[in-house]
Amino acid sequence: MAEQAITGWRKWMIGIGEQCVFFGRFFRNIFAGGFEWSEFVRQCYEIGYRSLMLVGITSFIMGFVLILQLRPSLVSLGAASMLPKTLAVSFVREMGPVITAIICAGKIASSIGAELGSMKVTEQIDAMEVSGANPIQYLVVTRIIAASLMVPLLSIIGDVIGLTGGFLALNINDSISFTLYFQKCIGSLDFSDFLPAVIKTIFFGFAIGFVGCYKGYNSNKGTESVGIAANSAVVTASLWIFVIDAIAVQITSFLFYK
Amino acid sequence: MAATKENIEPKKKTPAAKDEVVIHAKGIKKAFGDKEVLKNITFDLKRGENMVVLGKSGQGKSVTIQCVVGMLKPDDGDLQVFGEDVTQMNDEDLKQLRIKIGFLFQSGALYDSMTVRENLEFPLTRVLKLSDQAEIDKKVEEVLDNVGLLDAIDKMPSDLSGGMRKRVGLARTLIVKPEIMLYDEPTTGLDPVTSREISELILHMQKKYKTSSIIITHDLECARITADRIVVMNDGEYIAEGSWKELQKSDNELVKSFFNETT
Repeated sequence: MAEQAITGWRKWMIGIGEQCVFFGRFFRNIFAGGFEWSEFVRQCYEIGYRSLMLVGITSFIMGFVLILQLRPSLVSLGAASMLPKTLAVSFVREMGPVITAIICAGKIASSIGAELGSMKVTEQIDAMEVSGANPIQYLVVTRIIAASLMVPLLSIIGDVIGLTGGFLALNINDSISFTLYFQKCIGSLDFSDFLPAVIKTIFFGFAIGFVGCYKGYNSNKGTESVGIAANSAVVTASLWIFVIDAIAVQITSFLFYK
Repeated sequence: MAATKENIEPKKKTPAAKDEVVIHAKGIKKAFGDKEVLKNITFDLKRGENMVVLGKSGQGKSVTIQCVVGMLKPDDGDLQVFGEDVTQMNDEDLKQLRIKIGFLFQSGALYDSMTVRENLEFPLTRVLKLSDQAEIDKKVEEVLDNVGLLDAIDKMPSDLSGGMRKRVGLARTLIVKPEIMLYDEPTTGLDPVTSREISELILHMQKKYKTSSIIITHDLECARITADRIVVMNDGEYIAEGSWKELQKSDNELVKSFFNETT
């Protein structure tokens, strides 16, 4: 039993060490010169544009549902007019970034993990390496940077769509104009709501790209490994999103809401 | 395009160049955990020579060439390529060395998100850092013509047969004009006719591009067509060495068991 625990602990430590080495290789290659612009643009399209519909639908439904859930409580407190503000603050600070990141973890991390895992199994990554090309620069740097830029962008778009969903839900029972609704939403937000949320989505995007690439790039050889890499990428990236969120909220509270 | 040893004119070399050793391996050992895969591998590969490593599956044949190209590091022994110790090289030195060595994987290892053209352009733009599109196009078309697949230039790897994938893989490797070619089971998974075509293509390309080659195989027909010299590997060691004709007369039981299949 103790021996198993020690073996498990050792494996975990080795995993952490390997991730540090992988991060070092990624970081070195950002500045190595010869950035793969065409692959980067392709990845931005794959990660950003191809996830837009999913993020949009999910955000819309979340905004819609949140208003329906919040309304009875706020109406009973006589604060129905606070609905746009409540939704805007909760959505922009927390719901939008986390929902977008979780959706992206499921869609992007798994797809990167499976793609690179499959390339590993079919020796494509080995082929790149022995040809003298740089697979980290071509495959890893482009994907991680694209994810780090696209997830914040998707999150901002998701916020707008989520608030639109909230507007429709509000108009089921009440009547409010689109302009007034968005004036109330935007008026209730300030710099300290928006900026920390955007910054944390950059870290969410980085975690999604990094975990997907690490799991895929280091998968074992065998078809089963592709599934394991994809699955493990989603689980680990999702976990990282909540850990980063918890840390980000603590830092934001310390800096802005003392 | 098909060629055999008999109908291809051997290249003319100076005696000095002919005897130059491009790969020198002495006492190479490699283990994975408790399993000793390479026990004591010693060989020299001369410039322009085709050396076939013959043996059953799982005997460590592929591990040998993976050590040569620096994908694996031997646990012990002396391994020199072009006089440089591979085991002591840093990443940059290895990269420079790998430009001079072509490695054809068992599966062809084509990049499946790219067309054949993009597969061939990849080493030109990333390794040789070429930027002139006209020059790139010329090289791509030339090498595809050499392997007889010019009309597949815009196809995706998924649209190609096993033999075509091997040809494109070979073209992608040869496009940077390597001095040494390492073939990992080049005919595995192919029907006998296509296997023979690939073996003949390997020989043809060796003459055309003047490469030295190590061919890992358990296909006797491939060995017969391509080999200047054959080494037989068993249980992590080389147990016999010689030409096809010499090994046919060998007294070694394992070598006999190999060659009796064809005699």
